[in-house]
Amino acid sequence: MTTAASIAADVRSKRTSAEAVARRTLDTLASVEPKLKSYISVFADGPRSAIEQAKAIDARIAKGEDVGPLAGVPIALKDNMCLDWGTTTCGSNMLRSYESPYTATAVQRLMDAGAVIVGKTNLDEYAMGSSTEHSCFGASFNPWDVARVPGGSSGGSAATVAARVVPIALGSDTGGSIRQPASFCGIVGVKPTYGRVSRYGLVAYASSLDQIGPLTTTVEDAALTLQTLCGHDPRDSTSTKRETPNFLAELDRPIENLRLAVPKQARSSANHPDVARVLDETIAAYRAMGAEVVECDLPLIDHGIAAYYIVAPAEASSNLARLDGIRYGHRAALEKGEDLFDLYCKSRAEGFGPEVQRRIMLGTHVLSSGYYDAYYNTALKVRRKIKDDFDRVFATCHAVLMPAAPSPAFKVGEKTGDPLAMYLEDVYTVTINLAGLPAMSVPAGFSAASNGEPALPIGMQLVSAAFDEARMLRIARMLEKATGAGSRTPA
Amino acid sequence: MSADAEKTLSAEYVRKVAALSRLALTDAQVEQYRGQLSGVLGYVQRLRELNLDGVEPLANVGGETNRLDDDVPGPTLSNEALMKIAPESMPPFVKVPKVFGDGGGA
Repeated sequence: MTTAASIAADVRSKRTSAEAVARRTLDTLASVEPKLKSYISVFADGPRSAIEQAKAIDARIAKGEDVGPLAGVPIALKDNMCLDWGTTTCGSNMLRSYESPYTATAVQRLMDAGAVIVGKTNLDEYAMGSSTEHSCFGASFNPWDVARVPGGSSGGSAATVAARVVPIALGSDTGGSIRQPASFCGIVGVKPTYGRVSRYGLVAYASSLDQIGPLTTTVEDAALTLQTLCGHDPRDSTSTKRETPNFLAELDRPIENLRLAVPKQARSSANHPDVARVLDETIAAYRAMGAEVVECDLPLIDHGIAAYYIVAPAEASSNLARLDGIRYGHRAALEKGEDLFDLYCKSRAEGFGPEVQRRIMLGTHVLSSGYYDAYYNTALKVRRKIKDDFDRVFATCHAVLMPAAPSPAFKVGEKTGDPLAMYLEDVYTVTINLAGLPAMSVPAGFSAASNGEPALPIGMQLVSAAFDEARMLRIARMLEKATGAGSRTPA
Repeated sequence: MSADAEKTLSAEYVRKVAALSRLALTDAQVEQYRGQLSGVLGYVQRLRELNLDGVEPLANVGGETNRLDDDVPGPTLSNEALMKIAPESMPPFVKVPKVFGDGGGA
């Protein structure tokens, strides 16, 4: 499989057809899906199949229409984005048969740019998790080693891009759910600035943190996707009215006098030794390109998880209150004599899995009378300090560099018994969501193969000031060119 | 964080939070969540180490302020579309069981 940029160029110039691309994509998908389990639904047949969508694109091209910059590009969507055909399950029994009557703005923008939607990918239920093991449809697996998780919660999207089934998949990132799976699967994953991409039609988890973004094999494809995704949407009140810059125009031009900051907290003893090594190699690679790399202090990185696991569950408990067994979603059968309250409690107990139930209860507790100030308000104060700390660094540096995750992909089942151990996976990503900043994971190196264990990809994370994605992408492109780590593919 | 800093939550308290959360839990689930929630709440106590005097809470990082629309009706989902996703309906209404009963609510 090639990049989205080259597929679109070929389809637009009729060197190939969107239909041929779609057929090839579905074939590849069918051959790897049995071992990766990346998808919840695949649009293989019927009037809205990938092939029918592609034929419509080809027909428009034949008529001389400009179908857009993603002409015929096959794209997978994380299954927490609404589409007005098929199901939007969120990996939850609560929404297992939910058919959305509308389409998410981000998804519509891709389709308007000529993209072909191939299917909807697996995720941790309600995007709550770091491994894509908490889905009511079962776990997804990492194409580099199927005994390992692809990361999460956008694990299905990351795995299918890494396996070169599709060049682009959409994910959502509330605490690292795009960047950590991108790191685990050896691909590029971008979480844009909060407000850059419309959240309309994204199933809400924690509304002040959620953001949609692309998972791709190259930085250029990430820029191409963002160019289409970003822009004001009157249907999302937090959508920015700022102009979307041209992310592609200067992508290949290195930043002169680049100054990067590495937080001393990112050199935690909890880092896997290979992650520590790849961080050092990345610093050396940037220095070799003439960049200045300095140490900075982000003292609250270690407190970010604590603040996040107050703010995110608090918002989740409110957002998920709408699932009541009445208007949509799972509805429990009642026994004689049971009433409305029982309907709520039984429908939600049957519909939500354990991780979602835990977070709803955590959120309910921290927002409850007498605890609100001690938990939620405290967390919001920490959030302010985290943002201020980042802003201080950006006053003198172009970007922050640190690992995307403290370890390469872990084994399936390794952390499912201990929610807190799973939460700590997000140590390097959650503070960025709390501060609303853009960040991305870029393939930077590999773990050492040993004792029959294969080498696993390791991503490095770049964080930039709010709305500074264009420069962040250029900094990422420099690393991509220097290391070539992103061009290695799973066996 | 609270006066009675949670070491381990009581089963009774977990049941109370479950009722507020509208979740019907089995005794086994109550026991499991009791340990797990206590662990997470214990972990977040580390925020107490920080000096947060005079820090303004930050709830909205976006900087966008509330926007007022013109007071004219726009397109919306049809009743028919909404009835299709309701698990039990009697169009144009959704069906609910009786509201007042012995369950009573929390």
